Amino acid sequence: MSIAPPPPPWSGRRRRTVDVIGAAAVLGVAVTVWLGLWVTPPDQHLHDEVRLVYVHPPIAWVALYLAFGLAALSSVLWLWPRTRSGAWDRLAVASMEVGTVFTALTLVTGSIWGRATWGVWWAWDARLTSTALLLVLQLGYLAVRRVPADHEARARRSAVVALVAAVDVPIVHFSVDWWTTLHQGGTITNPNLSPTIHGAMAWTLLLGFVAFTLLFVWLLLVRYRVVVLAEWREDTELALALHERWAEGAPRAEPVAVPREGTVPAPPAGVGATESVGPAARG
Amino acid sequence: MWRDGVLVAGKDLRIEVRSRVVLHQVVPVGVLMLVLFAFALGPATAPMVAAAPGLFWVAVLFTGVLAVQRSAALEGGDGTRDGVRLSGLDPAGVFLGKTAAVTVQLVVLEVVLCAGVVLFYGAHVRSLGTLVASSAAGTVGLAAAGTLYGALAAGLRVRETLLPLLFLPVAAPVLVAGTKAWQSALGTSGVGADDPWLRLLLVFAVVYLALGVVIFGPLQEAP
Repeated sequence: MSIAPPPPPWSGRRRRTVDVIGAAAVLGVAVTVWLGLWVTPPDQHLHDEVRLVYVHPPIAWVALYLAFGLAALSSVLWLWPRTRSGAWDRLAVASMEVGTVFTALTLVTGSIWGRATWGVWWAWDARLTSTALLLVLQLGYLAVRRVPADHEARARRSAVVALVAAVDVPIVHFSVDWWTTLHQGGTITNPNLSPTIHGAMAWTLLLGFVAFTLLFVWLLLVRYRVVVLAEWREDTELALALHERWAEGAPRAEPVAVPREGTVPAPPAGVGATESVGPAARG
Repeated sequence: MWRDGVLVAGKDLRIEVRSRVVLHQVVPVGVLMLVLFAFALGPATAPMVAAAPGLFWVAVLFTGVLAVQRSAALEGGDGTRDGVRLSGLDPAGVFLGKTAAVTVQLVVLEVVLCAGVVLFYGAHVRSLGTLVASSAAGTVGLAAAGTLYGALAAGLRVRETLLPLLFLPVAAPVLVAGTKAWQSALGTSGVGADDPWLRLLLVFAVVYLALGVVIFGPLQEAP
């Protein structure tokens, strides 16, 4: 039995890249908020309520298309035997988890906007309802993810859930046309391909899309890293607990006793030094 | 594939004929739901007639969860799933067979519930063709999605709570489209806009049948 060393932390250039993306995302969101609240003018009809346009559509774009699309694509690539790799599974769960937060934010910002424009917190509008369903589907995915299982079984189940749930996304997209709806149509991508907003408002909206996309990428990378560490912890938990037990049974004055020489190397620095022992140690 | 499907469907239906779990336990739960809905909306019949299509599909959805759980539990015994995997049956055939068996059971359930809607709620069937076509398409879609998720949740200790969470949101389009189609069939909506909804039900059924045929194999490999 041997204890694998922990995966290396973000090192050198990669760490700097992640930090730069994070800083750019935070800065972008801050500038979007500043432009949206103070620089851009109020709308002729919607007045100050129009300022939500700089936040709600970018968040919805990340939640409904980017995050969910990436999770579905990663799941397909995991299911396809030729491209199967643990990296796709980790990318899928990271994307889905961050996407779930963005879906919830889409509903919250949409609800606030609905209150301001329609006068109600919630309307049984097709797109609102479909987005709420998508949130429940994502929660279902995360529930499957939490079921204890080995990596492959969990990855397989999760990939299937993501793929089946992905069928719901076209319903979200086309539901505006399918059902009678209160929701407004596309602003940037209307059929005439000519944006219906101009000047500072258009640039602020564009910056909003870039900023929230960067925010998603940053959170995705950080979450991916946490998945890697969590998997390492799962794999080595039993070995670490056993090692701690053996260490407790060893005479104090002597070095740590190892049952068979060379079979259990010392745990990596800072790991296994905790006093608590999980239930796995008793098994 | 088709031969394996017939074999598996025959096996599941034979077990049901002998054990009668769906007939004696799941169908009565569906009827009970209709009665409970009446308690919630009645005793005046007008609200019940107006809500009858939706209540019918809600009852089908929730009792459908029980039928799917029962279908997945047939392979829940020690080593039965491994036995099916080792039997050399085509996974797509197993999926289609189990879907067909669940469809047959849901059809029996729906016939009873439809009679209940007519008798208890006083609804009148104006277009039997729309009623039958939408019910058939919706039932196949529900059975396909349910069988897929039933296999996914099978063997897990949390399957009873996980299956409804996974299955019901996915089945929501069937509830919406089925209700709209039934509103036309029962004449409560007053418009004959049943075509788009029937198409939606058909698309749902075809998509989930195709997904099941492709995915059921890899899903069965999960321990």
